[in-house]
Amino acid sequence: MMVPFSYSFRNLWTRRLTTILTIFGMALVVCVFASILMLAEGLQKTLVQTGSDDNVIVIRKGSGTEVQSGVERQQASIIETMPEIAIGMDGKKRVAKEIVVLISIPKRKTGKPSNVVIRGIQGPSISLRPQVKLIAGRLPRTGLSEVMVGLSLTDKFKGIELNQKICCGLRNWMIVGIFDAGNTGFNSEIWGDVDQLMQAFRRPVYSSVIFQLSNPSMFQEVKLRIANDPRLSLEAKRETQYYLEQSEMMAKFLRILGLSLTIIFSIGATIGAMITMYAAVANRTAEIGTLRALGFQRKAVLVSFLTESLLLGFLGGCTGLFFASFMQFFTVSTVNFQTFSELAFRFNLTVKTVYSAFIFSILMGFIGGIIPAIQASRMTIVDALRAV
Amino acid sequence: MIKSATPIVEIRHLSKTYIRGDYKIPVLEDITFDVMAGEFLALMGPSGSGKSTLLNLIAGIDHADSGQIIIGGDHITSFSETQLSLWRANHVGFIFQFYNLIPVLTALENVELPLHLTDLSRKERREHAAIALSLVNLKNRMDHYPGQLSGGEQQRVAIARAVVTDPTILVADEPTGDLDLASAEDILSLMEQLNLQSGMTIIMVTHDPRAAEKAKVLRHLEKGVLSHAHFQNPY
Ligand SMILES: Nc1ncnc2c1ncn2[C@@H]1O[C@H](COP(=O)(O)OP(=O)(O)O)[C@@H](O)[C@H]1O
Ligand SMILES: [Mg+2]
Repeated sequence: MMVPFSYSFRNLWTRRLTTILTIFGMALVVCVFASILMLAEGLQKTLVQTGSDDNVIVIRKGSGTEVQSGVERQQASIIETMPEIAIGMDGKKRVAKEIVVLISIPKRKTGKPSNVVIRGIQGPSISLRPQVKLIAGRLPRTGLSEVMVGLSLTDKFKGIELNQKICCGLRNWMIVGIFDAGNTGFNSEIWGDVDQLMQAFRRPVYSSVIFQLSNPSMFQEVKLRIANDPRLSLEAKRETQYYLEQSEMMAKFLRILGLSLTIIFSIGATIGAMITMYAAVANRTAEIGTLRALGFQRKAVLVSFLTESLLLGFLGGCTGLFFASFMQFFTVSTVNFQTFSELAFRFNLTVKTVYSAFIFSILMGFIGGIIPAIQASRMTIVDALRAV
Repeated sequence: MIKSATPIVEIRHLSKTYIRGDYKIPVLEDITFDVMAGEFLALMGPSGSGKSTLLNLIAGIDHADSGQIIIGGDHITSFSETQLSLWRANHVGFIFQFYNLIPVLTALENVELPLHLTDLSRKERREHAAIALSLVNLKNRMDHYPGQLSGGEQQRVAIARAVVTDPTILVADEPTGDLDLASAEDILSLMEQLNLQSGMTIIMVTHDPRAAEKAKVLRHLEKGVLSHAHFQNPY
């Protein structure tokens, strides 16, 4: 038999100012917590969207990323001859040998140099990435020192504009096109002809081979064949999986950072809730005595006060998430630790983040409220009634 | 009257001592008496004589050191805390000096509160509470909060709350102690009416002789010892 819920709710309403301040303190923490999770989710979403499910990426065994990978020309040729590779409308195999190099370009705002991925591509590279759309200029021609750049680089880096030249690999490269790859990692890359880039950067080997399967269900078979071929020390991954793995370290770092930051902040907010609840118990001692005298059990009193502070936590969670949801309209750019290259992405609010934020805020309410609630339930009736 | 000849409260060799630091304060010493069904008992005595302590023991909100209290056949002195809570919810109506209404609940909700411990439906609770409020002439104020009511009105709400569960005994600790003369008179006649018309057994602690006048039986408590019953108001 419980004290009616309206009792808890109305008491919060009666001391509105304290309630609002307490909720606000919790909301701040939830907002920070949710924002960092949204950041991690956004990063992961961006990288996962970079890949397509029926594309396979082949890199050197154990290299983890294209940047660290090396695929020799001979090995690349063996991959190219695999029968499972899809054939395009033009009758050509949908496979591309690519190279990935990191170059340093000064940022527009700070002038400080930051790493950017420059990718050497072949004809099919573009059609293998349907997210990539040319929005200005034209595609770079083979055999020339020409590149096209991802849209999110244009406003973040100095000199990344149409018809400008960028200098790297001891050459000047003309920017002949700008492409929009949406919310993906490609949007922060520079693309040029693979052979030109290999020459300029003196790279004898490719970084990766990308191909599309004619039938996506053949992936396991292809993967095994590549892994077991003694001539190839390579591994094949679905492109989606590859990019998910790329985001793991960074996302994990963000989550740990978020959790540590919020745990520190939450101590403050929880103490705030605890002070509020202690004051509530002290102010309502006679009421507690009355409730008990009327026949409400100790645990009913405990639940009633705990409900009050859980409500505080819940409302703090709602408010915090409300403010955090506005973060979705922002795009941030940061260095991906795994590839050491610049990557732009959006805060992304997922159901999981909403859940975590609520669990977190309700937990703050619980920890803040449990000790005062236990104190309330422990009073002897006669002593409590004396406190008029 | 046969009914009033049956003891509803039997108190046997009841003792209670408070220990404060090094020395003991014996408050009640070997108290034995009966309260008959339908009795209106006034417990009188100087301040600090142990009246409230005795009343609290009868109401089952405090623990005796020794002795027994049997109410309506229940040996409440051997009850566990949980049993006592349940027993209070069903058998005791409380009237306090400072009304002790819940400020965030309306008059009706305050009266309804003890019914949350019964298995009445929401609708039945509302109905019972409304009837109890009309009994104390406050039906038109049922949506008012305690803060919007005078002291006398608050105490009437408290009486409605005390009787809404139809308890075995009504205990009142200085029910007029915080009221002006007129309101006190009002409350006392209400209690008298409850006793005479509904046969409610009432145990009231007071040091106000005017309040004691309304009771049928008077007992004095002094230095932990209870006087013999003094009957007044022939009935
Ligand atoms: N919780 C307690 N601790 C110590 N002494 C108490 C306590 N409650 C009551 N007393 C003492 O017991 C005596 C009787 O108190 P009480 O029953 O409240 O008297 P009354 O109601 O007759 O004025 C007083 O001397 C009081 O100081
Ligand atoms: Mg007293």
